[in-house]
Amino acid sequence: MSLTWKEFWAVFHGLLLGSAYLLAFAGGLAEFWNLRKRTQTPEGALEAIKRLKIGAWAMAAVCWFTVISGTYLVYPWYRAKGLESPRSKLLADPEKMLWHTFGMEWKEHVAWLSPILATAAAFLVSYYGVKLMERENVRQSTMIFFIIAFVAAAVAGIFGAFINKVAPVL
Amino acid sequence: MSRPEQEIKNGPAAAALLSAGLGCFVVGLDTVLAQIFPAISSFFNWCPPAGPLSGKSGLAVIVWLVSWAFLSAVWNDKEVDFHVVWRAALTLVILANLLVFPPVFEAFGH
Repeated sequence: MSLTWKEFWAVFHGLLLGSAYLLAFAGGLAEFWNLRKRTQTPEGALEAIKRLKIGAWAMAAVCWFTVISGTYLVYPWYRAKGLESPRSKLLADPEKMLWHTFGMEWKEHVAWLSPILATAAAFLVSYYGVKLMERENVRQSTMIFFIIAFVAAAVAGIFGAFINKVAPVL
Repeated sequence: MSRPEQEIKNGPAAAALLSAGLGCFVVGLDTVLAQIFPAISSFFNWCPPAGPLSGKSGLAVIVWLVSWAFLSAVWNDKEVDFHVVWRAALTLVILANLLVFPPVFEAFGH
């Protein structure tokens, strides 16, 4: 039962950080939804906003760790020169080429939208605090950024998982 | 960081939204420019092992942070038209999502 250094980082980047991200998003989205004015008592709102702040900043932090570790640790191994790199293997096989030309090309760029949007959403939650309940337009805008951040990361995560299955970083 | 109601102005919130939109848009714009112009793709090669992605994302983060600082300074303690700012920010994010979609940016050539 062992992992190479590269396999460890591929798992850390994709599976561990990805799972933490999913948890933070699920919790955050539920709190955003529950923050509608009519569904909260003042005490409940205070507790909800505390959890939302933690969830939103956790999601942003995990997202930054994920894109930075992906771009500067795992991606260089993926795109290394030489016939044995995952990128070279994919491009050499016409049946697998699309995993790189579509999947990886989309994943590597769309992923970078996520931490920017997640950080903006976390800032808005912290800035308004419990007053977010009274600013319905701001709450909805923040929630939309939060959701787009998740969808962008989900696209990146799903393609990452499939590409690592088809041509793993070893 | 949350403040009493009478002190809350929407300027800093609008600055965060619009700058995030700008940062995302720059990711998309960089992707298209690197696709069209090989020289720009080479310029983005800030960290050779990671290739042009390092420069595309790096420039986007710089634009995001600088515009956030600038807009925060300009809109600090001000009320701005939130709907206008939100629509602009959302439009930039939607454009960014389109521009990083391979069939779109590859349509601009190699």
